[in-house]
Amino acid sequence: MSKTISREEISSMFKDGMTVMVGGFMGVGTPEEIVSIILENGIKDLTLISDDTAFIDTGVGPLIVNHRVKKAITTHIGKNPEAGRQMIAGELEVELVPMGTFVERVRAGGAGLGGILTPTGVGTVVEEGKEKLTVDGRVYLLEKPLHAEVALLKAYKADKNGNLIYRKAARNFNPLMALAADLVIVQVEQLVEIGEIDSNDVMTPGILVDKIFVQGGCE
Amino acid sequence: MVETLLNPKQMIASRIAKEMKDGDVVNLGIGLPTMIPNYLPEGCNVILQSENGYVGLGPLVGEIDPDLVDAGGKPSGIIAGGAFFDSLMSFSIIRGGHVDLAILGGLEVDEKGNLANWMIPGKLVPGMGGAMDLVVGAKKVIVAMEHTSKMGASKIVKQCTLPLTGKNVVDIIVTEMAVFRVTEAGLVLDELQEGVDLETVEKNTEASFIVNPTILSQ
Repeated sequence: MSKTISREEISSMFKDGMTVMVGGFMGVGTPEEIVSIILENGIKDLTLISDDTAFIDTGVGPLIVNHRVKKAITTHIGKNPEAGRQMIAGELEVELVPMGTFVERVRAGGAGLGGILTPTGVGTVVEEGKEKLTVDGRVYLLEKPLHAEVALLKAYKADKNGNLIYRKAARNFNPLMALAADLVIVQVEQLVEIGEIDSNDVMTPGILVDKIFVQGGCE
Repeated sequence: MVETLLNPKQMIASRIAKEMKDGDVVNLGIGLPTMIPNYLPEGCNVILQSENGYVGLGPLVGEIDPDLVDAGGKPSGIIAGGAFFDSLMSFSIIRGGHVDLAILGGLEVDEKGNLANWMIPGKLVPGMGGAMDLVVGAKKVIVAMEHTSKMGASKIVKQCTLPLTGKNVVDIIVTEMAVFRVTEAGLVLDELQEGVDLETVEKNTEASFIVNPTILSQ
């Protein structure tokens, strides 16, 4: 069964109120063409799980600017002034998470774990409402898993099985998010035949990838 | 080398450069800390860790590559021998004690080594990003900041009032006036920056501190 998918087919996969996880760090490694499809088809009230809210015009930034996000679970909103404005105005709920905790929560969500124990945030507002455990004399916070209905990834290259290679700093959260959603859609720069990616070079195994969207929309 | 007068930020950056040893793995916060590599002495090469997913952060060489930015999202480079990885590896390196030195900015640091640098309630809420993991995970944490706020208030306080980034996490504070170390006994004023006297530091510092005897004997 072919994993490749058109703009129209992607468009039909979203609905209002969905929980969506999006790869990328300040827009680098974010599947911006898939983000633009969400913008075009009017999907709203999303719960967005992404490292940051990027800049107003990159990455997931436009989803915030165009009021498509009801809640953001994220580590940093400082480069997208609209996110801060909406948060203070009560238009956007923001759960701020330390970055190392964020990535471990995504991993836990994809790896079948009930959470992770981290010393990060102990003694700060981050610990509020969380269970604390002492292990060998050190205090840790129990941080719960993150899971999404859809994960949107960006990769440099895929083969038709969905085996992925990322490029440079665009890897970031993408390999973790490939594990942590019911439906995993990747936007790729290049699609190649099975066998053209050496199995040794695969960064995310294709069994985790459901749908492949080739940048520019061809295929 | 021609001696030129340094501005406050340059004074801070050049002093912190002296804390680095050849081969150290270093994470630099955005802003002022990124100036530090300019002041590393000849033969002192540190390996810069970029929290967005690589070691070997270097200056931009040649054309901008959209997939190669630093943790502030600015176009950057990677040195020969550097390595890219995912965010899980990046923060395992950070939190797992594999970074020798983390250098961050600060809004407030107090006598206990508590640091506040990620939000001002109701005003500025950028988020903590990787800072909370860096301060618990790095072997040594240095705060690089100007001694006083724009309003002239001391940023080295008895007790932080802003939401904390980390509790008892700071090792060294470097400002344009002085260098403090956080010890079990409290804050120790270890050095005065060039041209600054003890009285000036006392006047501009809210926190109590012990004065290193080498300063008194000067």
